[in-house]
Amino acid sequence: MAHAYTPGLKVTERAVIRKQRRLPLAGEVLVEEGQPLRSSDVVARADLPGKVYPLNVGGQLNVLPEDLPHVMSKKEGDRVAKDEVIAETAGIFGLFKSRSKAPVAGFVESISRRTGQVMLREAPIPIEVDAYVDGRVVEVFPTEGVAVECEGVFVQGIFGLAGEVHGPIRMIAGPGERLNDSMITPELRGAIAVGGSLLGIDVYRAAVTAGLSAIVVGGMHYRDIKQILGYELGVAITGHEKLGTTVIVTEGFGEIAMARGTHTLLERHQGELAAANGATQIRAGVIRPEVIIPSLDRSAGASAEPDGPPEGIAVGSTIRVIRAPHFGRLATVVSLPVELREMESETMVRVLEARFDDGTEVVVPRSNVEMIERR
Amino acid sequence: MAEGFSEIRSILATDCGSTTTKAILIERREGAYGLVTRGEAPTTVEAPFEDVTRGVLNAIMEVEELSGRKFLDGDRIITPEQERDGRRVGADVYISTSSAGGGLQMMVAGVVKNMSTESAARAALGAGAIVMDSLAINDGRLPHQKIERIRHLRPDMILLAGGVDGGTRSHVIELAELTAAARPRPRLGAGFDLPVIYAGNVDVQADVRRILGDKCALQTVENVRPTLEDENLLPARERIHDLFMEHVMAQAPGYKKLMSWTDAPIMPTPGAVGAIIQTIAAREKISVVGVDIGGATTDVFSVFKGKFNRTVSANLGMSYSVSNVLAEAGLDDILRWVPFDIDEEELRNRIGNKMIRPTTIPQTLEELQIEQAISREALRLAFVQHKEFAVELRGVQMERTISDAFRQSGSGGTLVDMGELDLLVGSGGVLSHAPRRSQSAMMMIDAFEPEGVTHLAVDSIFMMPQLGVLASIHEVAATQVFDRDCLIRLGSCIAPVGVATRPGADCMTVTVDARGKTIREKVPFGSMRLVPLEYTGRLKATVTPARGFDVGAGPGQPLETEVEGGAVGLVIDARGRPLKIPSGKAERVPKLGEWIRALSTYPET
Repeated sequence: MAHAYTPGLKVTERAVIRKQRRLPLAGEVLVEEGQPLRSSDVVARADLPGKVYPLNVGGQLNVLPEDLPHVMSKKEGDRVAKDEVIAETAGIFGLFKSRSKAPVAGFVESISRRTGQVMLREAPIPIEVDAYVDGRVVEVFPTEGVAVECEGVFVQGIFGLAGEVHGPIRMIAGPGERLNDSMITPELRGAIAVGGSLLGIDVYRAAVTAGLSAIVVGGMHYRDIKQILGYELGVAITGHEKLGTTVIVTEGFGEIAMARGTHTLLERHQGELAAANGATQIRAGVIRPEVIIPSLDRSAGASAEPDGPPEGIAVGSTIRVIRAPHFGRLATVVSLPVELREMESETMVRVLEARFDDGTEVVVPRSNVEMIERR
Repeated sequence: MAEGFSEIRSILATDCGSTTTKAILIERREGAYGLVTRGEAPTTVEAPFEDVTRGVLNAIMEVEELSGRKFLDGDRIITPEQERDGRRVGADVYISTSSAGGGLQMMVAGVVKNMSTESAARAALGAGAIVMDSLAINDGRLPHQKIERIRHLRPDMILLAGGVDGGTRSHVIELAELTAAARPRPRLGAGFDLPVIYAGNVDVQADVRRILGDKCALQTVENVRPTLEDENLLPARERIHDLFMEHVMAQAPGYKKLMSWTDAPIMPTPGAVGAIIQTIAAREKISVVGVDIGGATTDVFSVFKGKFNRTVSANLGMSYSVSNVLAEAGLDDILRWVPFDIDEEELRNRIGNKMIRPTTIPQTLEELQIEQAISREALRLAFVQHKEFAVELRGVQMERTISDAFRQSGSGGTLVDMGELDLLVGSGGVLSHAPRRSQSAMMMIDAFEPEGVTHLAVDSIFMMPQLGVLASIHEVAATQVFDRDCLIRLGSCIAPVGVATRPGADCMTVTVDARGKTIREKVPFGSMRLVPLEYTGRLKATVTPARGFDVGAGPGQPLETEVEGGAVGLVIDARGRPLKIPSGKAERVPKLGEWIRALSTYPET
């Protein structure tokens, strides 16, 4: 059978989800393989070297760089308090001394006899990585972190903003409804709100004010991203923004109804505690935004297999068209012809034939569809 | 030609791109080298495969299927070519380039922004790197901001320059101290030391070694700027290539295996494209501009007055970075190339959707026209950046006459002279795979605004990278394949500099001696004309501009020149330079339509 291999977004009732929780630099792993975890448990910790403050002590005290060691009252490696004197000239008969004080607390990293610069480094900043999902440690990466595995609902979006949050799933609209302010109520504080075809800037601001953890929606206008971020997003690398409410767009830019399967799946789990992350990276190691609803009794990861490479599109597969002229519509694959076909743009491409719910059949380039991966 | 490669019969070459790995087979037949076939497969650097060789083998398997010849013995490439059971198998040489996993990402540092730092950036770019940032003592940032920047960037490599030989010491040492304080870590391979190349004032080498020696993998090479008047980029470039192989590639998944297969060092893709552009410019003694527009980045290469320059616009591309083209150019500048009316919000959403689903292709004519409108702006912006970077050395002392004193020009003027440009070569999906070649020609003409007479060409299937690395071991084979199979000549563009006050005014008359047949075209200002003409070598032509227009011989002066035909023909562009596109929708749409019809750029609807 002919196959096409266009990876799709996962919308799954029951998946084994494995998350790598790594430190940005070498540190200490605090948990062991096989250990059960709650999402808030800290799994690894490290000390980020403190900020460095160069201080032109030679210039401040008007001494030659090579004479710097003679005026330093601290040596390399010594601790210093904020405003503590680190260097002092002898003055004239003990009078008229010039002093150099530490602008920050930390320690002396280096003293340069060549440039007269003294490097002060602040105390290390402790950083911690939590488990993110309720699950179990399945692999330990010594000094780096762990892999946590759980079983549960897994929904990928296409684009998101802001990072990891937690909260109960709350349905606020049908899949095709445009979101409005009245749907954002005070009871949604801390929740992951789901539904709708379009998130406008005013509704998003209302969600931030109401303290929602996240909004999962079908579409939003591209121009609203600038309003939310305060700058034009050039490249789709997100997740580090501090916005208050994470956004997960399931379909794309514009007003697009949320896929019914996605909506129905999340609706079935209304009220359950979920983890969500808006982080998106299209290039080099694709990251898509996600909603995970771990199932505690199945968190040992025993029954289902972890995801392998994506399955191919075959006749009968459900697909989403991801480019004009049928952008956003779901269809079933009818055939996968081998020969190249000429499009209206005169581009010669490999195509598939698909049928929409209303029975109309269309020819679409294979690269313009993605598989709806339901398991 | 490298020793031992003189009797090569067949060459298998791959280019491991960010998304696709492309393989080509070149063979010598009847005394000349030519392309036999090509294959491609998705690159497999990322999970779940995390082994670049898997994609390489898949691409070669496609070559096997298409050529009917065996190249693989299990998971090994058969080299050299041999006979098995009476059949030829394998290839004499296997070579590869790579830009997978984001290519080579570097940071450069120097003392003076416009001098040693610029030289360091030129060395890095010429080696095929993306320069993430250029630090300089006088770049306006405070020392702690520079340290934070180095810590934050996590490059693959740092090139540290600064000071002419015998010049400043303290500033160079300060740079080394800032670098040491940042304790930079490499992007790949958490347990490895970051490679740092020192290419500054030779008198400070010992100090730099003392400061950085135990904090990173330090190497020293000759100064990139030994005097204000000279640049010496080759030693730094070569060391970058070595370290790219030893440190960066060795950390990337599967590359150790790939490196053991190749018969020449793996080159960063843009470095290889630069090599072939330089080879062509030197061979033909011409000035060349080459552009490679990809999904994430646009590279521009140029050779003017024998000097090679390359820039990479890291966030100007047609898929991953397409929204950044919108951000940098602005909606109005993209809209000015769209030959129909479109709602602005709709256009923004379409561009956003292309960014998040980068592998889609235009199915409708409108979608194609929008993509090609965006590409004009991506190319134009990338070329603006290139012109600002490809400059004469700054800081050089110049002798001035009395008349010079009244002019404001100093050292550091751009080397790019569109009137001097002989050949403009386009590459990358939107140019190489445009449904009509006239679309590629129009995109390049609109974006680069060539002046006078310029020959246009596109890379047929984007094989310049493989030919670039091939040129390093077998220049003859590389240039033969380049001429025969890689370069598709589109034709010449004739475009006078100047503008008339009203459309329809006299602009120029072109007379071409087309092997016995005389072609004469009188073209009014504001219009374009296409003369269908196949490539039959260079043809003698006379271009007579009207008063106020200049094609290279002076305003109103006729120019005796040579033109060529090609897949498009002879393009006579009488829209004037600088090019002005009507801004109002009512004027813009019919005008674009008129030019489209003149070159038959799109099908009639």
